[in-house]
Amino acid sequence: MSGWRRLQVKFRTAGLLTWTRVTQPHTGRGGCLTFCQSLSTGGPLRNDFFKDLEAQLAAMRKKAADALPGSSWSPFEFNPDLPPERADVVIVGGGVMGWSIAYWLKKKENKSAGMKVIVVERDPTYSQASTVLSAGGIRQQFSLPENIHLSLHSADFLRNINDHLGVVNEDPIDLQFNHSGYLFLASEAVAHIMEENYSTQRSAGAKVSLMSPTQVKERFPWINTENVALASYGLENEGWFDPWTLLNAFKRKAISMGVIQCCGEVTGFSDTTNVLMNRDGEEVHLKRIKSVKVQMPNSMEFQPVECAIVVNAAGAFSGKLAEMLGIGLGPKDSIAGLPVPVEPRKRYVYVVHCPNGPGLDTPFLIDYSGVYIRREGLGGNYITGVSPEETEEPDTSNLEVDHQFFEDKVWPKLANRAPVFENLKVTSAWAGFYDYNTFDQNGIIGNHPLITNMYFATGFSGHGLQHSPAVGRGVAELILDGEFQTLDLSDFSFRRILVQEPMLERNIV
Amino acid sequence: MFALCVHRCYQRSARLLVARRQKSSGPVSSPLLSRLLRFLTQHFYDVEMFLNWRSQQGRNRLQKKNVFYAYTHTLYGPDIASAHYILCLGGGFRFVGHSDWFRANKRGKFSWDFLNHKDTPLEEVDLSHTVTNYSGLFNLEHQHHLRTLKLQGCPEVDDWFLAKLHVLQDSLEELDISHCPLITTGGLATLKNLKRLKHLNVSSLPRLQNPGLVIILLEEMLPHCQIIADGYGHRLRPADKVCVEEERVQGQQQ
Ligand SMILES: Cc1cc2nc3c(=O)[nH]c(=O)nc-3n(C[C@H](O)[C@H](O)[C@H](O)COP(=O)(O)OP(=O)(O)OC[C@H]3O[C@@H](n4cnc5c(N)ncnc54)[C@H](O)[C@@H]3O)c2cc1C
Repeated sequence: MSGWRRLQVKFRTAGLLTWTRVTQPHTGRGGCLTFCQSLSTGGPLRNDFFKDLEAQLAAMRKKAADALPGSSWSPFEFNPDLPPERADVVIVGGGVMGWSIAYWLKKKENKSAGMKVIVVERDPTYSQASTVLSAGGIRQQFSLPENIHLSLHSADFLRNINDHLGVVNEDPIDLQFNHSGYLFLASEAVAHIMEENYSTQRSAGAKVSLMSPTQVKERFPWINTENVALASYGLENEGWFDPWTLLNAFKRKAISMGVIQCCGEVTGFSDTTNVLMNRDGEEVHLKRIKSVKVQMPNSMEFQPVECAIVVNAAGAFSGKLAEMLGIGLGPKDSIAGLPVPVEPRKRYVYVVHCPNGPGLDTPFLIDYSGVYIRREGLGGNYITGVSPEETEEPDTSNLEVDHQFFEDKVWPKLANRAPVFENLKVTSAWAGFYDYNTFDQNGIIGNHPLITNMYFATGFSGHGLQHSPAVGRGVAELILDGEFQTLDLSDFSFRRILVQEPMLERNIV
Repeated sequence: MFALCVHRCYQRSARLLVARRQKSSGPVSSPLLSRLLRFLTQHFYDVEMFLNWRSQQGRNRLQKKNVFYAYTHTLYGPDIASAHYILCLGGGFRFVGHSDWFRANKRGKFSWDFLNHKDTPLEEVDLSHTVTNYSGLFNLEHQHHLRTLKLQGCPEVDDWFLAKLHVLQDSLEELDISHCPLITTGGLATLKNLKRLKHLNVSSLPRLQNPGLVIILLEEMLPHCQIIADGYGHRLRPADKVCVEEERVQGQQQ
């Protein structure tokens, strides 16, 4: 920069007034002064001495100010992208969960700029993040009241998204929300579960209706209702939206509120361990994270960030992150031997084109065989997929798509349920990782019993996107108030894993 | 180095010129005050705070107008509550079996005669050009005889509002949502929930993309409903259906 300035000065001595004018916005205060002078007085040559002097003086002033205590100047060059050395909360994972938590933390803090929150994301292109690879659906049709409430709260948030995440002077957020209900189809064997779910959903305040096969046929004539005993259809707060827009909206708002974004990978922690005795006389090692090691992308450089609280929102990789702290590596049948049961599971999404397919009123159809399909845009495109059998889980080392899987597992079931899809063309496909909770396929929210200052928000296994607004608020409440305030999510805590009581969704699929 | 420098200067001046030209030729839509405020927000936190506060106030006012009339509801029943809500917003309605309308006048004043008709449900409601929104709709939830709902030019009626209309699914026959600035295709699909819908006006929805295609799809979805869709330029005249079909084919290819 200073070299650049010196060059400018030389220009002026050559009498090139027009150029000084163009560069003026970039020379700062000193430059502005010289510019005014050069306009007001006639002889440029006479003023050169003063201009130089002015520039030198400005540089000196700047140096003096930099050297004063309290400035961030240091005699060493350093990477401006490095995260700060100290923070109050470090959120690992910049997916929709991470940014939602960051937003709610800032929203809930009572003193502005009272808390330093950093979001660490290793991949700013989000090439592997579940958020942007998801199907973007939101539904109320769960069987656990907690999940239904999470959905209802999130829908409420999405409805008022501009009140929450709008930023002054920026364009309003358009989620591209498609309001179309989920249509679940149940066979004879599972119809009773659907009925129970329906009454849970109604009593939780969800607007769902049950349909008989005849009613289904009447409303959606393209569906083959053979073997369908009952269907449930969401009337409100269901549909799909653009996950990118939601992620960016959270991010933009959080940054505007002062959250610091940092690109880097968390590769380790430094912690202190307290050894306690439990009632049976066994030792319990309680850990407290002191700093988070953030490795900069494409370099050996790293920065330890000292912090009070760490939030694990690393999605499918949150189990791995916990492993860095020794969780799951301890002796078997101790708490330390229980891993965080979250792992990546690959799911394929196929985009198909079917010119005669159903129109505007296509629901998010979920068959009891597990196949789902929804409309994508208006041009006769649809996206479809199915979760593979537990025994046939694909390899998770990459995100390649298995097209045979469509031929074998998706298409036959799909064409059986909706014969119009016998005639289709797969136009594209992608794969994404579910943040799959192998224990009970539900979110894990709260801190780990052995790490006192790490909070988890992970394991949502296919419904994390829609629950992110409400979960973010819950985690922020847990951190700032010490307990849940608006929605009691304590059932999602680690306790259920310790006592081995899974909290399963009663699915009809 | 010198050459580089000169080059850069030229580049920058060119860029500045372009920027200025864009600014001058762009539409001078926003009034001076809001442009000034926008400029100031970029420099002063206080102004930003003020703007935030102001928009929050606006939102609160809107919310207040659209609260659930619980007090009237418990005291006079759901019908009077609906009626009161509509008149307070500046709209109008007609009771079942009546021929005359109750309306608020231009200044928002209305007569309280409607209180004499306790327990008479509403049949027609005109909320055109009012600030009714999603929350306000809770006031109409119990109107099981409501046949006509006019929402022309309502700035707060959005897709969520349309999705919520299922509360009137067994009675609503006529719906006018023309000129509503927030409605998109994403909400129109839910109109299928209205089982008895016979007349629908979706003219001049500024945010509708590919209106030609959407209207065709709407007609396909609601075969027993007469759909009025004006204000989309040449594309929607029936003679131009071919053109619309072409659009559809293009959409498919994308
Ligand atoms: C095919 C598919 C369809 C889906 N459909 C739906 C749906 O319809 N509805 C719904 O609600 N949900 C759906 N989901 C689930 C949903 O996408 C996820 O539950 C949700 O996105 C999880 O968000 P997250 O922020 O926790 O994870 P992610 O979006 O994966 O974000 C985690 C981030 O952490 C980063 N990270 C990981 N480790 C580190 C580290 N050590 N250091 C720094 N950064 C790190 C990663 O790069 C990543 O960006 C679907 C998922 C898939 C795969």
